[in-house]
Amino acid sequence: MHSTLHPEDTKNGRAAGIQSRPHSHSSMLNGDPHIEFRGVSAFYGSKQVLKNISFGVSRNSVIGIIGPANSGKTTLLKTINRTLDFVGGAKFTGDVLVGGDSVQAMSDPNQLRRRIGMVFPLPVGLPLTIWENVAFAPRRQGITDKARLDEIVERCLRQSVLWDEVKDRLEMLGTRLSGGQQQRLTLARALSLSPEILCLDEFSIAIDPVTTMRIEDVLKELRKTMTIVLVTNLVQQARRLADNVLFLWRGEIIELSSTEVVFSDAPKDRRTYDYVNGIFG
Amino acid sequence: MNADTIAINPFAATDLERRKGRRLSRNKWLMFGFCAVLVLPLLGILVDIFVKAAPVLSLDYLWANPENKGKAGGIWAPLVGSFYLVIGSLLFVAPVGILAGIYLNEYAREGWINRTIGITVTSLAGVPSIVHGLFGLGAFVLVMLPALSKGTGVRWEAGLLTASLTIAVMNLPVVITSTREALGAVPQSFREACWNLGATRWQTIRTIVLPNSFSGILTGIILVVSRAAGETAPILFTGVTFFKFVADSGWAKLFPYTPGEPFMAMSMHLNIISNQISRMPESMKYGSAAVLIALILVVNSFAIALRVWLRARKRW
Repeated sequence: MHSTLHPEDTKNGRAAGIQSRPHSHSSMLNGDPHIEFRGVSAFYGSKQVLKNISFGVSRNSVIGIIGPANSGKTTLLKTINRTLDFVGGAKFTGDVLVGGDSVQAMSDPNQLRRRIGMVFPLPVGLPLTIWENVAFAPRRQGITDKARLDEIVERCLRQSVLWDEVKDRLEMLGTRLSGGQQQRLTLARALSLSPEILCLDEFSIAIDPVTTMRIEDVLKELRKTMTIVLVTNLVQQARRLADNVLFLWRGEIIELSSTEVVFSDAPKDRRTYDYVNGIFG
Repeated sequence: MNADTIAINPFAATDLERRKGRRLSRNKWLMFGFCAVLVLPLLGILVDIFVKAAPVLSLDYLWANPENKGKAGGIWAPLVGSFYLVIGSLLFVAPVGILAGIYLNEYAREGWINRTIGITVTSLAGVPSIVHGLFGLGAFVLVMLPALSKGTGVRWEAGLLTASLTIAVMNLPVVITSTREALGAVPQSFREACWNLGATRWQTIRTIVLPNSFSGILTGIILVVSRAAGETAPILFTGVTFFKFVADSGWAKLFPYTPGEPFMAMSMHLNIISNQISRMPESMKYGSAAVLIALILVVNSFAIALRVWLRARKRW
């Protein structure tokens, strides 16, 4: 139904809106998708939640994934870093290529997970201090130099717009932060290994609108160095951030178009128009 | 009940409500009564034992060796034997039980193998202690020791080594189960957060899961201590003896037993002096019982205190 997105589509779709992306242009032209789904079907037991999904995401672009609950958005993310492995009874067929590497064929998925930052909707502060939370992954990678870790912690907390609120109490338990703060702590942790891909699943549900806008500004910066997959129920957030938007419904791709097309009066599929405009039912 | 009373107090209880209230309070007292039935005998036993033991209880009683088949002197030799028995069994049961619990809870996939192991562990917990004793006799005394003697060229007798192993086997299910429960209390979301960051299973266990389940694991360990100190049946054929000469002073008094020779233990001592030796003074019997019970109470209270303290430091 939908094959790999053509680089031209991406370029034409957003070319007018974005000038501040020096790398993206050239990388899109070489037509080599950073993430490529090849006929991915996912199952929980006998229940199929993704049906033969195929599409590609260009390097340093932002793809917004929208769709109602139970349409397979989170499952889609979990296939990228193979965390679907941890869900009992779940499996997926087909393959996802990350930077050309097959995730199904990887013998050490942990290495893959370090390349991909993942933020899920329920914030999880690890039962460690704020500093230890952010430094957790770098330390597991063998970085022991305190100054270097301090640097990473500050960079990530600034990127997740949490630094100003916690810089004087980095020794406090991360689990004592408020929900919205823990969510940003989760984001900081996901950024701590400088991933090449950042997957955000409803990252802003617990965060106030002002802070959300500030994080969105940071994301616009981050996409110079990362490919961002943004799952969101806020269609306007997808509109603000994404180059392309994928509308997923009941495990199938209804539409994958440039953001302009999706939010225009005439997207390719009528259902997309209905969903985006809130008359889907 | 007439209209006037209702006018005076509109909130007055109806007959139905009054009956319900009476039934509730009767049930509450009934249940309290059953709890009292549980607690009172225990208190009775404790008071009885400590009152009858009072004449002999002193530091000297703990520190002196038994004399004249336990009719005089103290209980140092069996006490120190029980101590080493507890330590020895912990040396085996703690690492094996904790690692088995970690494997079952953190690594093993849900499936028939895991379920079978789970059922086996539960069944093992229900095996009578005398059966464990016979198992220890067969496996450790009759099979392991001859091989050990042959291998080392020294004659190993049934003693602390075989008794500790037997007690360890008996306590294994308790430690495995309490470890699994403690690990299971750590939210799965913590593990998934770590895995999402590319941390390996072991890194996750070491840095997040174990530090936050430590209190539960430790409590399980401490609770098997009292079981190790109190059981007679498992050690009956596997190394305990009623009398072994123990020096009255010096290092030999602190380390009286080698692992390969019979040793004395509190539970055995109490068992023999209570019903095998004629004209045993009552106070000596009750003295031994009091020390054994006090030991177990102290260990258990320590476990409870530790749990309360660690729970207060809970990090989420």
